[in-house]
Amino acid sequence: MTAALLIARRELAAYLRTWSGYVIIAAMLLLDGLLFNAFAMGGSSKRSAEVIYQFFYFSSGVTITAAVFLSMRLLAEERQTGTLSLLYSSPVTDAEIVIGKFLSALAFLSILIVLTLYMPLLVLVNGKVSFGHLFAGYLGLLLLGAASVAIGTFGSSLAKNQVLAAILSGVIVVALLVCWMLSSVTDRPFSELFTALALHGKHFQPFGQGIVHVRDVIYYVAVTFVALFAAIRVLEARRWR
Amino acid sequence: MIQVDGLTKYYGDHAAIRNLSFRIERGEVIGFLGLNGAGKTTTLKVLGCVLLPTSGRVTIDGFDVVENPHEIRKRIGFLPDTPPLYDEMTVSGYLSFVARLRRVPFADVRARVDEALQLTALVEVRDELVGALSHGYRQRVGVAQALVHRPELLILDEPSGGLDPVQIVEMRGLIKKLKGRHTVLVSSHILPEISQICDRLLVIQEGEIVAQGTEAELAARLGAGGSIEVEVLGAAARALEAVRAIPAVQDAVVLREQDGVVALRLDAPAELRPEVARALVNAGVDLLRIDRGTQKLESIFLKLTQDRTTKEAA
Repeated sequence: MTAALLIARRELAAYLRTWSGYVIIAAMLLLDGLLFNAFAMGGSSKRSAEVIYQFFYFSSGVTITAAVFLSMRLLAEERQTGTLSLLYSSPVTDAEIVIGKFLSALAFLSILIVLTLYMPLLVLVNGKVSFGHLFAGYLGLLLLGAASVAIGTFGSSLAKNQVLAAILSGVIVVALLVCWMLSSVTDRPFSELFTALALHGKHFQPFGQGIVHVRDVIYYVAVTFVALFAAIRVLEARRWR
Repeated sequence: MIQVDGLTKYYGDHAAIRNLSFRIERGEVIGFLGLNGAGKTTTLKVLGCVLLPTSGRVTIDGFDVVENPHEIRKRIGFLPDTPPLYDEMTVSGYLSFVARLRRVPFADVRARVDEALQLTALVEVRDELVGALSHGYRQRVGVAQALVHRPELLILDEPSGGLDPVQIVEMRGLIKKLKGRHTVLVSSHILPEISQICDRLLVIQEGEIVAQGTEAELAARLGAGGSIEVEVLGAAARALEAVRAIPAVQDAVVLREQDGVVALRLDAPAELRPEVARALVNAGVDLLRIDRGTQKLESIFLKLTQDRTTKEAA
């Protein structure tokens, strides 16, 4: 496991030393701020809890988008520049490579998530905010972020270059989001299946309202696990080609 | 150290290497010679535990590449055909990362990095970003990452690829320095380079080993007994007569004659040079230069590859 942390640390340093990570964070913060100002704060007068709920709603979308863009480089770039051979020929397992990569992107995404904290603090100036509500919402963002980064890592393991990686992960994420819409136009048992699969919908809403359900936590952990497991298998399969 | 039996690797339907077998002993410097696309890189990637073989058995230090790749990875240093460098890291930072990745104890990392920097003459660029280095330096950083953890076996895939003549000489000197410290397997399609630094050559052609042995063995097997080049002042006839009198000289021809300087080529092993020199001096010929024939290995290589091509056509 030390190897995974070593890889994660190197990768995080790479995020911090190159501009692309900062650009993604800055763009996403700007977008989140605009949405917050225009829709969560704007419109008819509402209660603080309602504003916070909408803040988490917009932030979740921003988190998913940022996760896909941040994770696209993870393995695709290594393959592009040929550095994957270094990891492949070193005494580290494929699982350690994937977990290291995943952790670094999640850590960098956490910076974005922490930076959004100024918005609920602004609500605090003129309203009342429950810290339990904030805790639940941020836990939800982190879990959603972890699941999205894991999907991004999987997409990156499949693709030969970063653009393709982003497209692949984007398609998977959108497919999981669209499950929510499909559930409303299908009958049981499919509607229930789609509801259970949906990346956002039913699983994220409770977090936004300040409620933590164990089943939602398990859902996001499961998505993360499955996506990382798939990425590890892809790396293993690449050795056979 | 390395034992390869019946190694085969397919990419889809295409066999990159077929039924490859060879042995490499500890401490040897082995040249892996072949044209582009002959299967060198694939073989080295299997030995470097980057790719898994389709069939066949490969053991390094008694460990199998399929069953025990981790034990092998601890014992090897691998330089792929493009050096695996992270551009945003400094040279010493990058080498420290690689050393840690290859299980060098934390307390030793600094010393090992310094050692590798010194060996590859990179001390003056240790704090520079890898991405800012020129091609020659990048190639050297590639070698440094392969040896930073003091592996028993070094696998270098075309370490001189894309280098200028001065850098090629430097790279050759570097590989010579590694002799005795590591078992080295170095691939190339450039003949003179590899013949000068290697104990033994493996010649690969279209995924199969077509010849192996020392330069002299290969030459003997192919009937190309080697050659000596001589330059004398004037007196072509007298010089020819003198060298033809030596029993081991099979034939001698005049290569060119210019400004009174005559160049001769003798079909004789290079070891015969002192005798040739003596014979010429005794015959009263002014000897200007005596050297081993430069085209020797090239002709061996061409002969090997052409033989195969004609065999296949037939």
